[in-house]
Amino acid sequence: MNTNKSLDDYTVEIQECVKCGNCQAHCPVYNVTHREGGVARGKIALAASLLAGEIKLDKRLREDISLCLMCGSCVNKCPNKVPTHEIVGAIRREITESRGLSLIGRAVSTVIGHPKLLKTLAKSGAVLSPVLLAKVPSASGLRLRFHSPVMQKRTLPQVTFTNLFERYPEFIQGDPEKPVVGIFSGCSTTYLYPDTGAAMIEILKHFGYSIYFPQSQVCCGIPALSTGNGKLVEKLAATNISSFAKHSVDYILTCCASCNGGIGEHYRSMKGDTGNFTDKVMDIHVFLKKQGIFDLIEKMSIWENQTRVTYHDPCHLKTQGITKEPRELLNVLPNVDYVEMEGADLCCGLGGTFSVYNYDYSKQIGARKIDGLKECGASQIATACPGCIMQLQDSINHAELPITAIHILELLEEALKDRLT
Amino acid sequence: MIEDRIVQILGEIVGSTNISREKADKITHSYDATQQSYLPDVVVYVKNTEQVAKIITLANKEKIPIVPRGAGSGFTGGTLPIMGGIVLVLTRMNRIIDIDTDNLTAIVEPGVVTGQFQKAVEKLGLFYPPDPASLAFSTLGGNVAECAGGPRCVKYGVTKDYVLGLTMVTPTGDIIHTGGRTMKNVVGYDLTKLFVGSEGTLGIATEITLKLIPKPEAKKTMLVYFETIDGAAQAVSNIIKNKIIPTTLEFLDAATIDCVRKGSGLDIPQSCHAILIIEVDGDADILDKQTQKILTIVQPSGVIDTRIAHTHEESEAIWAIRRNVSPSLRKINPDKFNEDIVVPRSKVPDMIRAIEKISREFDVPIINFGHAGDGNIHVNIMVDLKQDGMKETAHKALDKLFTAVIEMNGSISGEHGIGTAKSPYLNMEVDECTVSYMQTIKRIFDPNNIMNPGKIFSRDS
Repeated sequence: MNTNKSLDDYTVEIQECVKCGNCQAHCPVYNVTHREGGVARGKIALAASLLAGEIKLDKRLREDISLCLMCGSCVNKCPNKVPTHEIVGAIRREITESRGLSLIGRAVSTVIGHPKLLKTLAKSGAVLSPVLLAKVPSASGLRLRFHSPVMQKRTLPQVTFTNLFERYPEFIQGDPEKPVVGIFSGCSTTYLYPDTGAAMIEILKHFGYSIYFPQSQVCCGIPALSTGNGKLVEKLAATNISSFAKHSVDYILTCCASCNGGIGEHYRSMKGDTGNFTDKVMDIHVFLKKQGIFDLIEKMSIWENQTRVTYHDPCHLKTQGITKEPRELLNVLPNVDYVEMEGADLCCGLGGTFSVYNYDYSKQIGARKIDGLKECGASQIATACPGCIMQLQDSINHAELPITAIHILELLEEALKDRLT
Repeated sequence: MIEDRIVQILGEIVGSTNISREKADKITHSYDATQQSYLPDVVVYVKNTEQVAKIITLANKEKIPIVPRGAGSGFTGGTLPIMGGIVLVLTRMNRIIDIDTDNLTAIVEPGVVTGQFQKAVEKLGLFYPPDPASLAFSTLGGNVAECAGGPRCVKYGVTKDYVLGLTMVTPTGDIIHTGGRTMKNVVGYDLTKLFVGSEGTLGIATEITLKLIPKPEAKKTMLVYFETIDGAAQAVSNIIKNKIIPTTLEFLDAATIDCVRKGSGLDIPQSCHAILIIEVDGDADILDKQTQKILTIVQPSGVIDTRIAHTHEESEAIWAIRRNVSPSLRKINPDKFNEDIVVPRSKVPDMIRAIEKISREFDVPIINFGHAGDGNIHVNIMVDLKQDGMKETAHKALDKLFTAVIEMNGSISGEHGIGTAKSPYLNMEVDECTVSYMQTIKRIFDPNNIMNPGKIFSRDS
């Protein structure tokens, strides 16, 4: 089985931090706390002290280590590319090993570690995503709130009752000349935003790809990684890798940036060879571009009533350098008047389970998007990650703006609606 | 060690969540970009001038060292708590209090990040020129304390040229106000200039009044590849000789280019041994003419190729290369002695040759880049201190370097300050009598030597 790296495995990388402070400019957490413990440089200093035995996993250290969205923004801009998000993951696993999982961490792990429970909870409208939620109608009656006492004001989308697995079979035959694509849908898309998943499948069907959608797939592992449950990450990785080994596929596509980071980037960082799986992992927008679909879309006649749409960079795409493809798609969509917003690349503030532990900071980080969003005049903010959509919509709701957060694929589906059956 | 009763009083001043003696906090406030580390006894985060004054009054009474800290990105140890004590963090004092578009001034708190301030004034068509490579994260307070420079200073001057006034808390806890909001002001001694660049040894600035200028309408960035470093240095001299002062005139030597070649995304020719980044700004219609004139002047100095940025993104891509130079040097050797010498502009070619000679003599890689336009060269002696005798070798090389600088009528630091890193060399440049006047000033302001002690003046000077 592929295993996670330990803190010791990062000794060399930790030494490569030259303490320049560059990460301060890019860390979403530091930009609201303005405290050194929040930023990568501080965490790397703590990691070095841990390795040197100068400090133990004491309370303040655990707090500092919890203040990380694992977004990778710092890594991206670090002159020496010190992988702080991975190092934080390793320290969190050490914390879990020495102290056990936190209460929230246990709830998260219980849910995502048991696909059946996840399904049941989603169906009953009780939860989704990392934490146990209850369906409590808000003032408008349309929204859900987290039941957890730490995040009473969180607004959530309404849970749908037919999940993505119930809507599609495991295999859909397409044009035999075209590649076979595997779909890794992820928890949020499967249970919370199945319409996005359906849009992805319908679009792929329309363009003639054969689709393999294994129902044995499980959570990508990002929330478990975020809470430091290394064992669970390893278990989930093994299950996912074997799920996609049952059928020959040319690609494994995601429409969730976090899942892409999970089954792509993180599995790649694990010990052991995952190449057979991770090399096939591709973001749906990158795939559509490579397949020449953007050129086809560009030829469609432009709509009279275009919607003004802006774009939010999900961290897990941005840090992999995937910033152009989603924008190019928005630019060629006939139904979209695309406009760039200031701060498009600022993190939304969700960060796996970060927002569960640190909802106030999470909200403050999310609020940093609002000025740019207002200024650009868009009525929709499109992105490529259901987690970001949930968080962006929450920030927008708190700012009381008439703006909707949606997935780009829904706009593509809208553009193609006359052609999709 | 600081007694509990003092920690309790500090907690009453700043609130219990803004003070810490936790090991983790001591560790994360122990270092700066020199990569050295000294644990403080206590860390406090302050929010306003009154808190700073109360803390300093207490520290002065109890004779506890105080070390002010902004982004902690200095290169000379200015924020290292080398004698322990209180690290006083100013990052949460980060309000832009006022931008006066009628009088072109601004008032800021010290924790405002320089780059964010620049963005805010540029939105209003104004301009704050000092641009240290760390501008995206370093704070204005730190910039004032070190008198930060940057590439644009060749045309626009350094931080001290933009500070009109300060609210300072002195080492005895008094709150004083220097200068004001006017361009002209000759009332009394110019204490503002004394404080700017004083490296936190004479007090802590809690409010800074800055001068702004109108934002230039447009700019043009050029990247010029040279066959030799000598050619590039010659080109710099020729540009200045022709009475042109570009906004920036930055150079990178061959070893620097090797460090950034891979990550730059640019196809830098192998035959290229030096790069000049030249930027001009002003009215859009004169820029093309100016660009052509500069390219004509530099052409005879062995130019391989030229790139002109046509968009803001292309220009930023060029600058990203320059800003990433310093942190990427680690690829050569793990330890660096990072100097920022400055010589009269015409001496740049001589200085480069002298550095090459030192590099050969001591057999250590020396990497040079920086602000050729004002003679300010970042000299990085790259060594592995784990090797026997390497520390001594590096210090010998530094001695030689500084001797050469002073022989050419230069200075051992243009913009990084002295801190702890360069204090042993202060006496090489500044004569004994002058140092003694400086120390007298320090004693008058700080009779108990609590304000950032051990900085600028080495313990034996």
